[in-house]
Amino acid sequence: MTRSTQWIHAWLLLLPAAVLLALFTHYPTLANFWHSFFSTPKGARPAVFVGLDNYRNLVDDPVFWTALVNNLWYALGTIPVSIVLAIAMAVWVNDRLPGRGFLRLAFFTPTVLPMIAVANIWLFFFTPEYGLLEQLTGLMGFHSHNWLGSKATALPALMVVTVWKEAGFFMIFYLAALQSMSPHLAEAAAIEGASRWHYFRRVTLPLLMPTTLFVLVNAVINAFRLVDHIVVMTRGGPDNSTTLLLYYVYEIGFRFWDSAYAAALTMVLLVLLALVALAQFYFLDRRVHYR
Amino acid sequence: MSAVVSVYEPRGLGRALETLAAWTLGLLWVLPLAYAVWTAFHPAEFSTRFVPTAPLTLANFVNAWNAAPFARYFVNTVVLVTMVLAAQLVLVTLAAYAFARYRFPGQDVLFALVLVQLMIMPDVLIVENYRTMTVLGIKDTILSIGLPYMASAFGIFLLRQTFKQVPKELDEAARVEGCTALQTLWKVYVPLARPTYLAYALVSVSYHWNNFLWPLIITESVESRPVTVGLQVFASTDQGIDWSIITAATLLTTGPLLVAFLLFQRQFVQSFMRAGIK
Repeated sequence: MTRSTQWIHAWLLLLPAAVLLALFTHYPTLANFWHSFFSTPKGARPAVFVGLDNYRNLVDDPVFWTALVNNLWYALGTIPVSIVLAIAMAVWVNDRLPGRGFLRLAFFTPTVLPMIAVANIWLFFFTPEYGLLEQLTGLMGFHSHNWLGSKATALPALMVVTVWKEAGFFMIFYLAALQSMSPHLAEAAAIEGASRWHYFRRVTLPLLMPTTLFVLVNAVINAFRLVDHIVVMTRGGPDNSTTLLLYYVYEIGFRFWDSAYAAALTMVLLVLLALVALAQFYFLDRRVHYR
Repeated sequence: MSAVVSVYEPRGLGRALETLAAWTLGLLWVLPLAYAVWTAFHPAEFSTRFVPTAPLTLANFVNAWNAAPFARYFVNTVVLVTMVLAAQLVLVTLAAYAFARYRFPGQDVLFALVLVQLMIMPDVLIVENYRTMTVLGIKDTILSIGLPYMASAFGIFLLRQTFKQVPKELDEAARVEGCTALQTLWKVYVPLARPTYLAYALVSVSYHWNNFLWPLIITESVESRPVTVGLQVFASTDQGIDWSIITAATLLTTGPLLVAFLLFQRQFVQSFMRAGIK
């Protein structure tokens, strides 16, 4: 086979995937950038070039800033907890404690459920005066509290749901990493007289670092990508206290049908994701992930 | 799962404490699910009263099933998941083969362009993709739900890694036997990559069975809605707050996936592990 026919073969093999990727990933990214400089077409009035107007509105829009801050708190509140719990879960499931089959099932099941179903179950769990949480706190003598209906607790309540759903997913990656560790390391450490905790701190945890970085990147992307539970549980309320960026894009784009402003909001989301990509590029071991 | 018992397995009091902690967490984790199961299988008056003698009933499931076209939603989801997976398997196989075993101009740039999708998933490009579907005139179809996901960067990446591990000698032997490139792919690479395909298929099916926001936006009729959107429409409009029926409907829509998961638990866990180790 000559060189140029080889090239043509390769390009033909790539063509179907390339067309779809271009149409639904690259084109929309660029088009979104372009459309963010135009107004939203209304009826007979076509879109006109408005320069940076959409971005100016964005800077002046308190809801946008609320959504951005909420999203950062949401990421900060869910990711570290999920990761710590995931490591604990993985260590316990790996350690042949009694009933590890049940434990693995309990930790992992939330992961396979749709977020929308999970959200319905938790909505019921949080229901004022009627849900399980209220009954438990009621037994302990606390006053009734509307967890999803008050500004102070709505976002933390959603974080609990996210942690519940994600920790088991991350556990799997840690479990895989733990199981690929050589038992000789533990033997050597034991000869040196290291305690279990010391071994965990000094040997296991550092060796889990690549997994942690991988999980971290996934968790950050998820924090900006998954808003299903918000649609079901709070619709961004009360008073925008649970509005996350993508949910705000959805609301502006598909409830108020302001596609131009939604495009500007999407740009913020894309820039944040690009920053994550850059961070990954610099911090992650490129040999492991791209070769 | 190695058979060797590590020297750092917890022992004695430490073991007891860790077991206690693990079980506390495990029970906390199943609590919301157990609660939902209780409510769904008992009459409404017992939905928050935990009396062991409460009568069991399937009436909530029957009522939920009759109150909304769940049968149609299930068909839609099955069609969607099958269609997406079939298209993904073909597209991903071809692209991964090109990246793994060919040298061609633009290779690195193209691969980088593929990887872009790992960060910018179709999930966040909803505004523009909605516009594109409108232009294509396929809004509110099952095809429009699946189309943006069919070329999967994750799949290409995963399979490329697997194909690269296939010994070159096998490839060359097939060529000597007179196989064309596509025949070699089909007869040598695809069979050897079977575990990766299984892992990818499980991840893909559960992802698309569970996907919600994009289908919510792009569908507006019973004929194209998947179960996730159907459940949301049912729970938010038709039902008021009859939790017995809503939890029954929730379990109903996740039932098939949950049963499959319980039956193939080991494969699921191993598949997710495999998919994660790149």
